[in-house]
Amino acid sequence: MFEVADLQVSYGQSQVIHGLSFKAEKNETLAIMGRNGMGKTTLFKSLMGILPSNASKTMVDGVNLNGVETYQRVAKGLAYVPQGRMIFPTMTVQENIETGLEKSKTREIPDDIYALFPVLYDMRKRKGGNLSGGQQQQLAIARALVTNPKVLLLDEPTEGIQPSIIKDIAKVLNEIRKMREITIIVSEQVLSFTMEIADRIIVMDKGKFIHEDKRGEVDAAQIKKYLSV
Amino acid sequence: MFGYTMDEVGNIMVMQGFSGLSLFSVLLLMALGLAIIFGQMGVINMAHGEFMMVGAYTAVFMSKLAVKYEMVNSYFVFAIIAAFILAFLIGYLVEYLLIRHLYKRPLDTLLATWGLSLVMQQTFRSSFGAKEVSAELPEWLLGSFKPTADIDIPINGVFVMVLALVVTLGVYFFMFRSRGGLRVRATVQNRVMASAVGINTQKVDRLTFALGCGIAGVSGAAFTTISSTGPTTGSLYIVDSFMVVVFGGAASLMGTIASAFGIAQAQSILQFFMTSSMGKVATLMTIVIILMMRPEGLFASKVRR
Repeated sequence: MFEVADLQVSYGQSQVIHGLSFKAEKNETLAIMGRNGMGKTTLFKSLMGILPSNASKTMVDGVNLNGVETYQRVAKGLAYVPQGRMIFPTMTVQENIETGLEKSKTREIPDDIYALFPVLYDMRKRKGGNLSGGQQQQLAIARALVTNPKVLLLDEPTEGIQPSIIKDIAKVLNEIRKMREITIIVSEQVLSFTMEIADRIIVMDKGKFIHEDKRGEVDAAQIKKYLSV
Repeated sequence: MFGYTMDEVGNIMVMQGFSGLSLFSVLLLMALGLAIIFGQMGVINMAHGEFMMVGAYTAVFMSKLAVKYEMVNSYFVFAIIAAFILAFLIGYLVEYLLIRHLYKRPLDTLLATWGLSLVMQQTFRSSFGAKEVSAELPEWLLGSFKPTADIDIPINGVFVMVLALVVTLGVYFFMFRSRGGLRVRATVQNRVMASAVGINTQKVDRLTFALGCGIAGVSGAAFTTISSTGPTTGSLYIVDSFMVVVFGGAASLMGTIASAFGIAQAQSILQFFMTSSMGKVATLMTIVIILMMRPEGLFASKVRR
């Protein structure tokens, strides 16, 4: 479904991602864990084509995305929820979601989006910038979902969000996977959140994958050790 | 007051107020194009006045044709459309060849567009001559209303006002009610994120710039109804238009309208009672003071960031 082979990313002369390869199946949630500065965000940005990268393969559903522009990657089935949400602050909630409807024929927001995020329906006339952090996170997920992705990338969705909302987000992500049977790839530092959603956990360190576990076989103590500074 | 009777002052206020309204319309038309390009894209387009002149010369050229084929009464509508299309196309080309390479270097855009404005001025001079030319106006644009014996309201002024209103509404509907406007606003607020939700931001830039130039073209065509056109006429208005955009708060349509209105009225009424330059000084002083208190302009949009 989603396959990346030998991905390399450099900032100028210094390489920060050293030949990563991974696969994720349809209806699978993959978590990439690691401390700050280990290359998670760089990995996600390069997957979206925001940062230039080299890879021998970046396949989504049999289509190669190497050298494809960011907006075309979206059309081919990638969707991105960036770290820090990055919603459009002076546009209303409704308009924010509508920006994701670029390739769909209608401007109507599908009902299931508001069913997933009832709070966004209540707030649809408000400016995105006036929402709380958790609401903005839900908005960013909704905006990514209306593009009808095959692969959904979420970069640290729990960062700066209060614990009760983190639980909600985990529930929503599980629901999305059940409804749409898509691939979800999430980068995270919070193990408890990851354990609720991920089928597989990969630990990343200094631009390399150093550890991989199925959810059932996770040794929490060891992963915590990787994550501690 | 100043040796006038109250009655006369009243009439002066109405007439100067109205001439302020025509100035407002021209400023608004120019500033709208600029607000789109500068306010939305952050590009300081020093050649904006010359794009206005593209529209003006198009109108003049069409009027010459109209005289030849005896269509003086109906050509003006087509002249406006032609002015828009021509300025739009030139803007599109300029964005593609020049501006898009400079988005990350705003000061270089300033220089490059200034150079472009000189090139365009010389092109006008070489092809239309250095003398000012004016369009042959259709009869329905000449003359004036006389609501009372002492008040004169020129029809061409009314026409420019109506045109400004139509274009403003058009820009409003484009920016806030259409898919294209949504793309523009998303790109402006966060270019990277806009492309990550599937928007082709390079195309958006090109169309936005061209649209701003097209509107400048329309304002140039409108301008021919109230004044004659020379190669450097556009550069006279560029400072005022920038003032309008900055004072109104970049990226705010309401702000642009309000500030165009305020500046035009202040200049027009003050210039009658003081000398022309003192009127300008007084207006500028006020703007500077207000901008010191509100650096983001009159109508900056308030959100958490």
